[in-house]
Order: sequence, then C-alpha cells, then structure tokens
Amino acid sequence: MSLELSEPLQKVVDSLSEKFSDKLVDVYQSSGDTFIRIEADALHEICSYLKNDLHYVYLSDIIGTDRYTSEDRFEVIYNLLSLKDEARFFLKVWCEEENPELDSVADIWKGANWNEREVYDMFGIKFRNHPDFRRIFLPEDFDYFPLRKEFPLLGIPGSIELPNTTPDTD
Amino acid sequence: MGLESALGEGYLTTRVDSLTNWARANAAWPMPMGLACCAIEMMAFAGPKYDAARFGSEVMRFSPRQSDVMIVAGWCTYKMSHAIRRIWDQMPDPKWCIAMGACASTGGMHRCYGVVQGVDNFLPVDTYISGCPPRPDAVLHALMKIQDKIKTEHSVMLDT
Repeated sequence: MSLELSEPLQKVVDSLSEKFSDKLVDVYQSSGDTFIRIEADALHEICSYLKNDLHYVYLSDIIGTDRYTSEDRFEVIYNLLSLKDEARFFLKVWCEEENPELDSVADIWKGANWNEREVYDMFGIKFRNHPDFRRIFLPEDFDYFPLRKEFPLLGIPGSIELPNTTPDTD
Repeated sequence: MGLESALGEGYLTTRVDSLTNWARANAAWPMPMGLACCAIEMMAFAGPKYDAARFGSEVMRFSPRQSDVMIVAGWCTYKMSHAIRRIWDQMPDPKWCIAMGACASTGGMHRCYGVVQGVDNFLPVDTYISGCPPRPDAVLHALMKIQDKIKTEHSVMLDT
C-alpha cells in the first residue's frame, strides 16, 4: 500500500529512515493516522531526536497494549504532536512477555512520568531510569496487572482491601 | 394555630417511643455521599420541585456529625470505600443508609476489579433503590421506607 503522508510526516519518515535505517521496522497508515514502529533499544535515542531536531515537543499520551501474542506480547504507543508543523503520529515499540522493560522518556518529556507509571500499573511494563517509579492508581502491595488479558474481569477476590466493618475492634 | 389550639385545654397520651420515633422520622437529615451521576438526581430530590422538605429531610448536612441518613449515590471504588466507611463511623447513632441506584446497590454496569460490587459489602444498607439513575421520586420513596422503619423501632430502652 502506498503511503499518503503529509509534508511534515514525510519529513519525519525520511529523516528517521536516513538516520536510524536499521531501527525503523514499519511505517503504515490506518484510519487516517500514521504509525511508525521502531526497535525498542533505540527508543530513547529516537525520541530525543524527534523532540530536539524535529520539534515534536508535545507527548499527548502513552498507551499500553496487550497484543496477547506468543512473541513480543506487549506494545507501547507514544502519541506525538508537533505544535509547529501541526502534525501527529504514533510511535510504537514492542516488548517481550518475560520481563518487559523499556527506556523511560520522562527525561525528554516531563509529562511522560505519570503516563509511564500508568502503563506499568496496568500492564507491568517497566521503565528504566524513571525518576519516580511506582504504581499510580492501585495499592503498592497489589500483585497483579489488571489490564493484562489473563486478569479476570471481576478481579481476584480479596486482593484489594475493604474497610474494617467492626471499628471498635482491631 | 398549632397543636395547642387544636387541643384546647385538653391533653393527649402517648408513649415516649412513639414520640421519639415521630420526631426522628420527620427530621432525618441526609448525609449526601454523591459519588457519580446519581448525585444529580439526589440534588433534584432536595430541590424545590420534589421538595424533600415535606419529609423533614431538606437539610443536606455535609458534616457526618449532624446527619442521620447516608445516601450513597453512585459507584464506589475500593479506594473510596475506606473514606465512606470512615464517614459512616463518624455519624452518631441512630443512623440509616440508602444505597441509591444500581451501582451503589450491586456495582451496576461497573463489573470490574476496581469497583465494590455493592456498598452493602461494608455498610449496613437499609434501603436499596433500583434505577440508573433513579428518579427523585424513587429517592423520596426510599426515604418514606426509612421513615416507616424508624417508626417501628424501639427507641427507648430502660436501663435495668
């Protein structure tokens, strides 16, 4: 399928394939959006290049996905926006089921801090060099990652504490 | 104008229980525990059109120390359940509880790991209201059920 990229996105794809030709895995379009998949080990390098040289200063969102495949089970999607070029694209990386770990981009975009904690909270994907790495919504002693496909819809009974209903006793 | 003119020089007899219950039933001040969209209907219940003042429940007390009926309106997460139970424990006895709407009663459409499947898991609920959200009439109905319940209670106990 031939790509119909807008001018700023064509610039992104061209400069990425020039500078990181061996790290660029896939470029495709779907429903009017552009997706660029890269190798996970080049994530931090490519992200700082995108921000510093191509002016993608705004990281709108970070999304985790459980693809539920035997290889490269988890996917993390970075929703990037350039305020100068008025262009948006999605940067994707895949990671393994066993010990999924990626480089944190919180030093590049400060807003990534809480997004990465949320992805960790829901999927258990760890982020290296994160400034404040812990769960964001669920209790620290919660043992599961609820948005993984194998997690039951109604949760594990007793895994989150209910209040004490006999307050006069301990 | 009041009771004294109707009675004239006469008198009436009653039990202390009945008198206490009559007073309690007609001054059940709600503690609004508005957690979600049900809280909007709860506001209509207190507003002039449905007028909870007819039942003596117009005073929404935002302090648990001054309230008698807790209306849990909306879905309750495990995180919030601790705050609700704490407020409930701060309310002085006697106290009653209304679980308003499908979510507070059973978890409703929020069938997931983070939402308590019914506030009766940690609160002694007296009245459940169905609906998503229930109409203000239904809240009035629940309040009248609570009033009926109060009127059958034994309020005075002899300390023997």
